[in-house]
Amino acid sequence: MSARADINAGGRWLGLYVLGYLVFLYLPVLLIPLFSFNNSIQAAFPLQGFTLEWYRTLYGNPALSGALANSLVIGVIAAFGATLCGITVSYMDLYGRSPVAATISAIARLPILIPGVIAGISLLILVNLIGLGPSRVSIVLGHILVALPTTVVVMRSRFVAIPKTIREAALDLGASDWTTFRRVMLPLSLPAVLSAFMLSFLISFDEFIVVFFLAGTEPTLPLYIWSQLRFPRSLPTVMALGTVILTVSFIIAGTAEILRHRGLGAARRNPA
Amino acid sequence: MSTIAATRPLPENRISPVFRFAMLLPGGLVTFFLILFALGLVLFLAFRGNDGSLLGVSLTVENFVTVATGPLYWTVMLRSLVIAGLVTLATVVTAYPVAYYLAFHAGRRRNLLLFLVTLPFWTSYLLRVFAWKIVLAYNGVLNSAFIETGLWSQPTLAFLNTPAAVVVTLAHAYAPFAILPIYVALDTIPKSLLEAASDLGARPFTSFRRVVLPNSMPGVLAAALVVFVPTVGDYVTPAMVGGPASTMIGTLIQSQFGKANDWPFGAALSVCVMLVILCVVLVARGADRRFGSRT
Repeated sequence: MSARADINAGGRWLGLYVLGYLVFLYLPVLLIPLFSFNNSIQAAFPLQGFTLEWYRTLYGNPALSGALANSLVIGVIAAFGATLCGITVSYMDLYGRSPVAATISAIARLPILIPGVIAGISLLILVNLIGLGPSRVSIVLGHILVALPTTVVVMRSRFVAIPKTIREAALDLGASDWTTFRRVMLPLSLPAVLSAFMLSFLISFDEFIVVFFLAGTEPTLPLYIWSQLRFPRSLPTVMALGTVILTVSFIIAGTAEILRHRGLGAARRNPA
Repeated sequence: MSTIAATRPLPENRISPVFRFAMLLPGGLVTFFLILFALGLVLFLAFRGNDGSLLGVSLTVENFVTVATGPLYWTVMLRSLVIAGLVTLATVVTAYPVAYYLAFHAGRRRNLLLFLVTLPFWTSYLLRVFAWKIVLAYNGVLNSAFIETGLWSQPTLAFLNTPAAVVVTLAHAYAPFAILPIYVALDTIPKSLLEAASDLGARPFTSFRRVVLPNSMPGVLAAALVVFVPTVGDYVTPAMVGGPASTMIGTLIQSQFGKANDWPFGAALSVCVMLVILCVVLVARGADRRFGSRT
């Protein structure tokens, strides 16, 4: 009885700690939206007054809209590539029964152990060697690499959650490998596919460390922000832009997480 | 189920070669080309002399001799290790109680809390670092808040451009990385183990120290690794909030491919960093085995 009470008291203190931790996690980031509405060039207290002026400066800025267009195009293509690789790599890892598939899957998760700066320079050497040079295609390749471990992990955990018997039933009933994959396994893992796509899009959209080495004359949004940070006058604009990016990121990441968990829950509830 | 499957020809054996090839192709191209071949190029370039051409000239170990004999590189490498080590320690120690709460106390709030702690993971790293720049700046949030509340009358320069600023910023930027692996390790500890410990008369603290903590070590080590690796090679945070006294090895590598324009030397520095990471991975593996990993 007393041990039970101890645990509950401990749980309450821990709960307070978790609350404090969340405040630490979110507070610095939330300062960006706060000061983006502040009528002052400096991010300092006391707040001067409410303004939408900094958001207005986002409109009609060709460098900014160019960077945004680049980021969107690169993000979608890289997310498509990374998701395709994530699906095939984890599917073959689980059902391919070959050392090659297992090796590919292991190497696909290796970028977790490579610091971004080294991934960046290795790709920079590579794209120069094959004649691409720093360009948007190079950035797409870099972002496929950066997003690959995430898509493999998301897809793998989804495929693992699908009962083995479903795939075996399809094969036993005469469906070909391709039909089983396309008509049975892929529809069952659709929420995870969407989730992997969204998360890899976000990774590409927010990525800075690798893209820094691979960008040619057409910067992405994070590179545009980086170039603006040198000018103190443009800090409020950066904060307005940052607020927009944070909002979009929260929405996409939130949707992706919900999709991932809803999909997993549904698979457990009706295994057949 | 499994016994029936075992007596029949396994469906896996029927995979057609065309299907297998098509399915292995995208992943195979990316992993071998973008990962193995690209890393191989770095290794090759590290043993070349710099003549301004892409792949350098003649085989040489001169780059590594320069790294080994230059006190600057030892200092910067050591500083990177210390900063990354402190960041790893800080993130893992602060994340552990959160993961513990999620695994044992969160109840119905668990999914919401998991969602909240992983969400910052998906927001822009650059913006998270930038947020700390406006917090720590001379006429920034922290200084102005302290002056506003009357704690001190003059803004202090002591926040920005210090190694401490780099540690705090990195610890904040990588905090979400540490919680998930620890949570997964804690969550998979069989509840029967805890009940057995308490039935055998262990006080809560003893059962934590002797049962929970050792069983969660694989998660702690995994968390330490995913925080340590990106921080040791970071160059953005030192540039944003660190100042000249916090140059890290990533900064040096980046400048070799930029202003300094000595790619072979930058490749050699990268190889050294990868070797250090390899050592850390091996130590973590060894520790994992010592603590009796369940995996």
